[in-house]
Amino acid sequence: MGGETVEERLAAGMQAAQEGDAVAYQRLLRECVPVISRTVRALGLPPDRVEDVVQETLLTIHRARATYDPARPFLPWLRAIARRRAIDAARLTGRQGAREVHDPDAYENHPSDGDAASEAIEQQDRARLVGEAVAALPAGQRQAVEHLALADRSLDEAAALTGRSKGALKVNLHRALKSLRTRFGVEPGSDV
Amino acid sequence: MSDSARHERLIGELAGALRPVRRLPPPWQRAAWWVGLVVLIGLGLVALAGFDIVRHRLGSSPDAWLAVLGSVLTAPLAAFAAFQTSVPGRSPRWALLPLPSALLWMAASGVGCLRSWLVPPPPASLAIEPRSCLVFIVCVSLPLAVALVLMLRRACPLRPGLTATLGGLASAAAAATLLNLFHPFDVAATDLAIHAIAIVLVVLATRALGARALGLRAR
Repeated sequence: MGGETVEERLAAGMQAAQEGDAVAYQRLLRECVPVISRTVRALGLPPDRVEDVVQETLLTIHRARATYDPARPFLPWLRAIARRRAIDAARLTGRQGAREVHDPDAYENHPSDGDAASEAIEQQDRARLVGEAVAALPAGQRQAVEHLALADRSLDEAAALTGRSKGALKVNLHRALKSLRTRFGVEPGSDV
Repeated sequence: MSDSARHERLIGELAGALRPVRRLPPPWQRAAWWVGLVVLIGLGLVALAGFDIVRHRLGSSPDAWLAVLGSVLTAPLAAFAAFQTSVPGRSPRWALLPLPSALLWMAASGVGCLRSWLVPPPPASLAIEPRSCLVFIVCVSLPLAVALVLMLRRACPLRPGLTATLGGLASAAAAATLLNLFHPFDVAATDLAIHAIAIVLVVLATRALGARALGLRAR
């Protein structure tokens, strides 16, 4: 194994991952991170966006793993995904830059509406109650809330991570929100 | 949470969610399945119209086979290029593959149009109205484009606009090829314009709707 190149190691790792070997997959993804970072940095993406693009690329690798052909080299496949995710991020940054104004001083000087300490305590209480209510949900509904509502993931990401269909996730989220509303006595149609 | 901890957490979640996957068949094989669908539809239309109209057309204008050859080649080549560009790491230059046959198709149709302008063909009872050509191309392209986009969605098109455009071109070329079964004479200028409008409509619609469907899949 000593003479194995990075290319050969990664290609073998992806081949094993396609067959369901989670340990090989984990090792492969860890080895992919520096390659993705280098590829993304080389495109001149702002440093604060690089790690987000690495995450996006890891998610795309997961979704696209069936498209890798072991007869072909792995690195061009990986770099193509990383480059595309970096270009998407650069476009998004450009659009946000055109729409939003960055003014940290105005943000810092904006007065708070209430007593910060008591607000923080109330917020902690609310978070604890919500955490307990979510933990009491059935597994499918809990996963849907954790991924879609709490971690703010997209349906595609949540589907990739949980192995459930997008339809099942939507139904589970709907049912979970209904149970939570009932538990907290919130009227349907409100923001909760 | 530090960046490396974030990555480690995501890697753990992805590894935990890992399921074995069946490798995607090579692009030529997926393109062949789609061409098989076109052939099936074609056989159904042949059963309806027969080969008389095609024979009549090739007999009355011997070089008409060039336009037919152009569209016949454009459909599978554009489909193959679409499947190639739907796989990460494949060169976007595959998009140029259907270009020569598409140029042949357009040029030969243009020559046929010029000839029918200089020497108008006799009125034919079997000829279909120009408006019907548009309806035919759009209606036959639609299921072919939907099937193609659904097949392309199984991959991970990183350039969804390009892939969907090629899919639209493949579907429009296949529909235009099948239209020959009902089109006994070279196209006149109005016919050619209607055909061009129908093909552009199909390509643009597939690009607009297909790119969205493919982009969501690849994200």
